[in-house]
Amino acid sequence: MKKTFEMEELDCAHCAARMEEGIRKLDGVIDVSVNFLTQKLTLEAEDAVFEKVLKQAAKVCRKVDSHCNVIIK
Amino acid sequence: MTKRQKRNLCRIIGGAVLLLSAFLLEHVWLADARLVLRMLLYLPAYFLVGYDVLWEAFSNILRGQVFDENFLMAIATVGALAVAFLPGAEAEFAEAVFVMIFYQTGELFQSVAVGKSRRSISALMDIRPETARVERAGEEAEVSPEEVAVGQVIVIRPGEKIPLDGCVLSGRSDLNTLALTGEAAPRAVEVGDTVVSGCTNLTGALRVRVEKPFSESTVSRILQLMENMGTRKSRSEQFITRFAKYYTPFVVIAALLVAFLPPLFSGNFGGSFAMWLSRALTFLVISCPCALVISVPLSFFGGIGGASRMGVLIKGSQDLEALSKTEIAVFDKTGTLTCGSFTVTDVFPVGVSREELVMLAAAAESESNHPIAKALHAAAGERSLPKPERVTEVAGRGIRAHVLGEEVAVGNLALMQEVGADAVSIPASGTVVFVARNGTYQGAVVISDTVKPGAAAAVRDLAACGVSRTVMLTGDRRETARQVAEQVGVTEWHAELLPIDKVHEVEVLLAAPHKGTLVFVGDGINDAPVLARADVGVAMGALGSDVAIEAADVVLMDDDPRKLARAIRHARRTLSIVRQNIVLALSVKGAVMLCAALGILGRWQMPLAIFADVGVAVIAILNAMRTLRQAK
Repeated sequence: MKKTFEMEELDCAHCAARMEEGIRKLDGVIDVSVNFLTQKLTLEAEDAVFEKVLKQAAKVCRKVDSHCNVIIK
Repeated sequence: MTKRQKRNLCRIIGGAVLLLSAFLLEHVWLADARLVLRMLLYLPAYFLVGYDVLWEAFSNILRGQVFDENFLMAIATVGALAVAFLPGAEAEFAEAVFVMIFYQTGELFQSVAVGKSRRSISALMDIRPETARVERAGEEAEVSPEEVAVGQVIVIRPGEKIPLDGCVLSGRSDLNTLALTGEAAPRAVEVGDTVVSGCTNLTGALRVRVEKPFSESTVSRILQLMENMGTRKSRSEQFITRFAKYYTPFVVIAALLVAFLPPLFSGNFGGSFAMWLSRALTFLVISCPCALVISVPLSFFGGIGGASRMGVLIKGSQDLEALSKTEIAVFDKTGTLTCGSFTVTDVFPVGVSREELVMLAAAAESESNHPIAKALHAAAGERSLPKPERVTEVAGRGIRAHVLGEEVAVGNLALMQEVGADAVSIPASGTVVFVARNGTYQGAVVISDTVKPGAAAAVRDLAACGVSRTVMLTGDRRETARQVAEQVGVTEWHAELLPIDKVHEVEVLLAAPHKGTLVFVGDGINDAPVLARADVGVAMGALGSDVAIEAADVVLMDDDPRKLARAIRHARRTLSIVRQNIVLALSVKGAVMLCAALGILGRWQMPLAIFADVGVAVIAILNAMRTLRQAK
């Protein structure tokens, strides 16, 4: 499953690259991109664990930049 | 400004006031007080402005993340405060706090500038229709475009955006295609025409039968394309990402060396350590590659956004970069340099007027839907044609019919011989249609594909911006190809090619020594293999053509070939802005580090270091925003 999520207050560009790196290392992630300019996280992960991976991904983002929020609907 | 930005602004102002009062207190009343007491004066200002940096730094260390910019800023400022306690050092408390304030101000500027750029870029892409007005049981209902099904009828009033691709059922109007094509001239539509989503309806209400669901409509496709833009990164961007990875550790190691090596070798470690440490601390401030990491992708993004405003969709920064290096431009002929539709280009009447000859031919062919018949109808104009009777098609030769009681034959030379008309062959490019009436030769009409009005100018423009070779490929006959090539002014041409031969020709061109890139321009129909083989595949006139949008790297939304040269100039301008930013950032950072190491900046070294960090980032961001504007 591949889904795109909006992000809030993604203020530094190299943070985006670090988030990408961090999320890629998570189990179940097939592909990920964090776009600094559009403030969007595109996550592709195995269906069965998608929700779990997404939560972990959001955690990674907060870890890199504590202001940054992934909006999960 | 967002809430957080406003709060930070207040903190900066508050911090500045506290700093000023601390400075006055220290110098007026407490100049001889103990060092610790004097430092305590500055701490409120320092913590107010820098608490978040300190906190982030602290929690990052716990997580094992060093080399984070917060960490480096914290070390730099805490270090500057602490240096005072070393023997032989001057107290620089005010400087340390000032550095934090300056840093936060820079960060604030940067965040506002990024927000502004994001907004102006997304404004460019504001083509998404919010609602669709759908007809249900005779009533109009406003729904979101995603909910409209194929086959439903939508109503678009003047001033509204067309939400979905469809076919006009009733009404006539002019459409503004500016957002899609960059072309200001409105496009007229009437019953039976297809309309594409993203255009704005200008003059009259239209009823449109929806032909594609929203997810497959033009607007969605374009938006998808824009969203995926980031995935194809240019070499410059990849370079920056790699560079950023090594830059920070490198600067930090350099700082350590500056702090410890010279004092060790000076023989008087204790005496000179304080001085070298404060120089090393400036290194840490410069160690963030923000200016590059933000401004380079932003420049590309802005460049792609600016291009989309002139109706050129570029799929990724990689393609923008390749486009800027164009050396060879290869064109498909039909539909690219020529209009791709037949028109009457010459009339050779024998014993009758031009109008009568065209009228005869058009009338005989008036029930046919063949492209040639359509060209004849168009040439005959609005006049009502006499109805043909007893129409018979002569396979491979033409048509025979009775028009106004006279026997008319319209077709090739063989047909003329068949009816006994005395026709002579005419050397012309295109298709020659001979006309005979009652067995007497009446003349010939030449029908051909016409060269686009902008084609010659497009090739001239390309030559002017340094594209040394322009090549035309076509499956058409040599004679036709030669005439078009001469009219347009391409440097080379190859005719009578099958689609697979075109790929071969492009491969030959690619194999020959050349420095730049090869761009292939086609109309997106049948040339997907060539589009893929070229360094940059450009599909032209793609408004509404899905195949072309999929296959190409660059899509020209309308069919004006002059857009190619404009796109190349725009790409070059974007790349030169990228280079300016890289050079600016690296040279300012390098210069400040060198001067700090040599110790020639004195009290200014910290503020200058901050400028080299965030100041340069802000300048680079502002410079990057120039890519949004289009090259003329």
